[in-house]
Amino acid sequence: MERLRKRLVIVDPERCVGCQCCMFACSRRLNKPGLAQSSIAVRSNGGMERGFVVIVCRVCPDPPCARACPTGALVVQKGGGVRLKEEKCIGCGACAEACIVGAAFLDSETNKPMICVQCGFCVDFCPHGVLALKEVIDNDAQG
Amino acid sequence: MLKDDPLHNVLYVDLSRKRFHVEARPDLFDRYIGGAGVATQLLLENCPEGCDPFGPENPVILAVGPLTGLFPLASKTVAMFKSPHTGNLGESHCGGRSAVAIRMAGYGAIVINGASELPIYLVINGDRVFFRDASTLWGMGNSLTVGRIIRERESQPGLRTIMRIGRAGEQKVSYACVSVETYRHFGRLGLGAVLGSKKLKAIVVSGKRSLPVADSKEYRKLYKDVFKAATSGATQKYHNLGTPQNILPLNKLGGFPTRNLQAARFEEADRISGEAFAEGYLGRRLACSHCPVACIHIAALREPHESEPFFYKTSMISYDYEPIYALGGMIGVGDPEGLLRLLDRVEVLGLDAISTGPVLSWATEAFARGLINEKDTDGLRLEFGDWKTYLEAINRIVEQPTDLYSSLARGVEHAASVYGGEDFALALGGNELTGYHTGPAAHVGHLVGARHGHLDNAGYSIDQKVLVEKKLTPEELGDALVKEESWRQVLSSLVICFFAREVFDMETVVACLRSAGLKFDPSALTEIGTSIHREKFRFKYREGFSFDSLRIPRRILETKSPVPCLTEEYMRAAIAHVKKRLS
Repeated sequence: MERLRKRLVIVDPERCVGCQCCMFACSRRLNKPGLAQSSIAVRSNGGMERGFVVIVCRVCPDPPCARACPTGALVVQKGGGVRLKEEKCIGCGACAEACIVGAAFLDSETNKPMICVQCGFCVDFCPHGVLALKEVIDNDAQG
Repeated sequence: MLKDDPLHNVLYVDLSRKRFHVEARPDLFDRYIGGAGVATQLLLENCPEGCDPFGPENPVILAVGPLTGLFPLASKTVAMFKSPHTGNLGESHCGGRSAVAIRMAGYGAIVINGASELPIYLVINGDRVFFRDASTLWGMGNSLTVGRIIRERESQPGLRTIMRIGRAGEQKVSYACVSVETYRHFGRLGLGAVLGSKKLKAIVVSGKRSLPVADSKEYRKLYKDVFKAATSGATQKYHNLGTPQNILPLNKLGGFPTRNLQAARFEEADRISGEAFAEGYLGRRLACSHCPVACIHIAALREPHESEPFFYKTSMISYDYEPIYALGGMIGVGDPEGLLRLLDRVEVLGLDAISTGPVLSWATEAFARGLINEKDTDGLRLEFGDWKTYLEAINRIVEQPTDLYSSLARGVEHAASVYGGEDFALALGGNELTGYHTGPAAHVGHLVGARHGHLDNAGYSIDQKVLVEKKLTPEELGDALVKEESWRQVLSSLVICFFAREVFDMETVVACLRSAGLKFDPSALTEIGTSIHREKFRFKYREGFSFDSLRIPRRILETKSPVPCLTEEYMRAAIAHVKKRLS
C-alpha cells in the first residue's frame, strides 16, 4: 500500500555556502550543542572554490548499513532508512564501512552510529534552500 | 564557566623543542571572556618586552570565545603577536573554519612559542599535536597548492581549519598574511611573516565535541531568535552584494581613495563595483563555519592561455571592499579583470591586499616624481592603472631583487623614510590606509585605534552618520571613538563577527552568555571592554607607542573629503583627547 512519509532531501547542493548551520542544528536537536552529535556533514568538494558536499542518509530501501550490522542493531524502517537499537550495538563500525556515501557517522565518544532519522530539524536552519523536508511515497528513492 | 566547558584550556606549543602542554586558565577567561581580552593577557605574559618580532620569543596567540560553537556568528579567531610591520601590538581577526575548529578541538586559546629550524606544519587534532615536515612545501610558489596538499594529506575534512602562509610570509614581507580556507585571512600587521620567521608553514586544527549549556530549553529558544535576526535585516546586505556594495556609495560621497589619494572619486568605480562584479563574475558565495550570512564572494575569472587557441583556465578569486579599494581605486585600476588578477596574485603569494595597494601607489607617485628610478624598480615603469606592471611589481616585493623592493617589503612608512615622499606615504600608525577618506573620524580612528585599522572604532561610520550633518568638538569625536572601541573589545572577546554587531546588542550578549553559564551584567561588560582597551595600550606603551609621534601624511589633509573639518589641528586635538582618556 502506498503511504506518504517525510524525507529529508537535498534540494540542491550547489546552493550550499558551507555554513554548517545544519550540523549545529542536528547536534542541538539532541541538546548537545557543538558538532559531535551531527548526523549530517558538510565539507568542501576538494577546496571551497568547488563548492560543497552534503552528506546525509539517503534512506535506502534495503540499507547496506543494516545488512552489515552483525547484531541486528540497525532496524530497517518501513519505506527505508534505519533506527538504532542502542542496546544491541557493539560499536564495531561495520555500518560506517558499509555506507558508501559516509552517512553513518560514528559518535567518537560512544562509537555508536548516528544516522539521520528524517526529523527535519536542520531544515529550518538552512538559510539558503539546500535542504527540505518533503513528503514522498514509500520506497521512492530520494533525488 | 560551566564545568565541562573546555574553553579555559590553553594549548602551549613550543616549536623549538617540539613539545606541547595544556594549562587550564580560568583566571584569564573568567575575567577577560576570551578572544581579544584573553589574547591580550597571553601576549603580555608571553612576549618579552622589546623583543624582535622575528625572534623565536615572539609568541603567536590564537583565541576564541565562549559563544563560539554555541551561537552563530561567534565565528572569528583573534590572533595576537608583536607585529613586524609596526613593531608594536599585532592583532588580526579571521573567520573561515578557524574559530569553530579551535573550539571543537577543545581549546579557548593556543600559544605558539619558539621557532623551528626545519620548515614544519603543525597539526592539532583534538588533544593530539603533531609536528610535520614541511620542507617540500617551503618555497612553493603558490599558496593554493600548499593548501591542496595539506587538505589531501590530513584527516577530518569539514571539521578543520588550514591556516597557511605563502612566499611572502617565508620572505618575511612585514605585511604578509595568513590565508585560512583559501579565502579568509589574518590579513593585517604581518602574522604571515611571524609564522615565516618560525619556519611554520601551516597550522591545521580539527576537532568534534559537544558543549555544555546552562539551560537547554532557553538556549534553543535564544538560538532561534539570534539565528532569525542574523538571517534578516542588517546582515542581508553582506550576503547580497557583499562588502563591495560600498564602492558606489563611497565613491559618490567622495570618500573613495583614488590614485594614492590624489583624488577621492574614481571615474571607473562603476566597473569595479559590487554590482559590476556580481553581474559579470560572481561565481560562488561562501560562509564561515556557523555563519548563515555567507558574505564571502568569489569571482570566476576565465582566462585564455596565450600560447594556444581554445585553451582556458578558470580561477576562483575572492573579492571584498578593501581589496578592491587597495588594488583598484588606489592604484587606478578600473579594469575588473586586471583587478581580479591582482587580487589573485596577492592571494597566491600571501600578502595583505590592503597594505599592498598603498605601497604600490606610493611607489607609483615616487617614480613619477623621480624619487625612485628604473634601476630601483628593476626596470618597471610604474603607472596608475597599469595592472600588468603591478603584477610584476608584486612579485618583486616578495622576491626583493633591489633595495627598493626590500624597502617596499617593509611597508610604505619605511620606504618613505628611506626614499622620501612621506607627505604622500599613506600609512597611519605605521599601517597602510584603508579605503575610507570619509573625514577626520576615519583617519583619527585609524591613528588612535589599537590595531591602526578601520575596524577598531569605525570612525568612517561617525564621519558618514554624524559629522556630515553636524559638528562634533574634537573631544566629542575622541569620546565617540573610545566608546566604540571599548565596546568592540567585548565583541572581539566574544569573537563575534563585527558584521553581526547589530544582532548582538548588549541585551542579546548578556542572554547568550547566560546560556553559556556566564553571568555578566551590562555594567560589568562595559567595564571589561574598557579594561581590555586599556590593557592593549599597556602593551603598546610598553613597546614604545606614543600618541605624540603619530604622523599625519599631508596628502590626507590636502584631498577634499565629504566632511569639511578635516584639518590637522582638529585631528591633533582629537588625538590628544584620546590620549588623555587612555593614559
